Amino acid sequence: MTVVVLATTHFLCACAGELPDQPAGDTTTTHSSPGDNAGLTLPSGFSATVVAENLGGVRHIVVDSNGDIYAKLSKLKDGKGILELKGGDAGRISSFGNYPGTGIAIKNGYLYASSNTSIFRYKLDAGNQVIDPDKPETIVKDLTDRGQHNSKSITLDNAGNIYVNIGAPSNSCQVQDRAVGSKGQDPCPLLDYAGGIWQFKTDKLNQTINDGVHYATGIRNTVGLDWNSSVNELYVMQHGRDDLHRMFEQYYTVKDNAELPAEEFLLVKKGSDFGWPYCYFDPKQDKKMLAPEYGGDGKIQGRCGEIEKPLVAFPAHLAPNALLFYTGDQFPEKYKNGAFIAFHGSWNRAPEPQAGYFVAFVPMKDGKPGGNWEIFADGFAGGDDKKASGRVDYRPCGLAQGPDGALYVSDDRKGNIWKITYKK
Amino acid sequence: MRRRLIPVNVVIASLLFILLSLEPDQIKPPKAVMDRGETIYAKECLGCHQADGLGVQGLNPPLAKTKWVLGPRAQMIHIVLKGLTDPIEIDGDTYNNPMPPHLHLNDQEISDVLTYVRNSFGNNAKPITPADVKKVRAAIAKGK
Repeated sequence: MTVVVLATTHFLCACAGELPDQPAGDTTTTHSSPGDNAGLTLPSGFSATVVAENLGGVRHIVVDSNGDIYAKLSKLKDGKGILELKGGDAGRISSFGNYPGTGIAIKNGYLYASSNTSIFRYKLDAGNQVIDPDKPETIVKDLTDRGQHNSKSITLDNAGNIYVNIGAPSNSCQVQDRAVGSKGQDPCPLLDYAGGIWQFKTDKLNQTINDGVHYATGIRNTVGLDWNSSVNELYVMQHGRDDLHRMFEQYYTVKDNAELPAEEFLLVKKGSDFGWPYCYFDPKQDKKMLAPEYGGDGKIQGRCGEIEKPLVAFPAHLAPNALLFYTGDQFPEKYKNGAFIAFHGSWNRAPEPQAGYFVAFVPMKDGKPGGNWEIFADGFAGGDDKKASGRVDYRPCGLAQGPDGALYVSDDRKGNIWKITYKK
Repeated sequence: MRRRLIPVNVVIASLLFILLSLEPDQIKPPKAVMDRGETIYAKECLGCHQADGLGVQGLNPPLAKTKWVLGPRAQMIHIVLKGLTDPIEIDGDTYNNPMPPHLHLNDQEISDVLTYVRNSFGNNAKPITPADVKKVRAAIAKGK
């Protein structure tokens, strides 16, 4: 069945409220038996191999035109926070960069990497090698890091700009974060310097937040973001808020807490405001709802009626940590310019079963979803029991596209990297 | 011929040691306390620290066999009443989510849930009493 999609249409899985084993949509997909493909289940024609194991907390990854993999670590390993796997070979690893972090990207002869406060860049030589690993240029510095939501994920456009997420160091901007009975601050002062996306110049050194463009606001936290060059727009994955039941049991059941709010796939334009902390998206009601810290009760929409809905509403708490628009030629046509999303997996669904720990795919047409989302790669958890308890083997965190069009997935629990390829 | 006796002080020390090691750490708290504590844990703590008390990687610290749980009672009570805003490190791993204050819980509820935590997930430590909580609450009120 062909699904015609309008600009603001978002998708729910067919079994409303329940997380599907396989979402609605691609019924032609067949999955290989467990044990094949390095433990992953993939659509027919795809295969996976593990190219590296136990590298540490590998957050985001990028692959250059030689097939070299650069991996950003959440925790220093032997004092270093960036690994290079020469030719994608785990037997040829070098490391540099004395800071942990999440973001890493390559653009126009530079490698960009972020700590939890700053963005650095390293000039590459003609062979894509970092010329001086000990002396990066500091592009941006002094961004907010209070622990919570401190990943500075980055992506670059084709006009000399770099976009960075500054996550709000808060769940819902209460006076006392996450405390029962604490009111939401209105206006939320964190929005002046966090809870949004900022745009900086790639070629200007030592920029602080005041030098940047406050590109979009009302986004609680984003770890996965990517510039979609096919339409020249920024897209991000918002991590929705936590703790609706613990703090507001009079309005939300344990089950509501596990299913609210949606993780949102957003098209971000300059000046966009997605409503955090005042609003959250309820996929069952298909509405942005007023947050209970601001007078909401699960039914009142209030000021949130005017807030833009997500392009796709994913199940709650799945933690989308990477977004990648596929521009390669190796995969079948339906994947072209579509969005891969790595879901790190949930924790705030407890005591309901945890969920996620997979890579999803959203087909895209002219910059909008062109069909239902589907699970592309699953099996990272290592079994249904592990998935339900959250005590999983691996947690997908980063995505990269190789020069041959292969898709790479990284894990920040143990530090594995998988390479997924397609053959007719 | 002198009889070889174990010196009296050694006997006393050994008895004391045995008594101390039995009391009170190896005494299970009353079932009623553990049951009440478990209910409060499910409502207040489980969402972050999880059903198995092992927390969440990088975000919410484990409650199993850490000095924060097994250490001085006042320290643990203080964390529950005041919360923790700075990231904490356990066994080389950093945990970034803040712990909110739980001022909506009374002394009995806090002592029940902390006694439950100190005697679950493989932990075995002295119970916490409502009087312990009251003392820390009073100290906090005085700005200590």
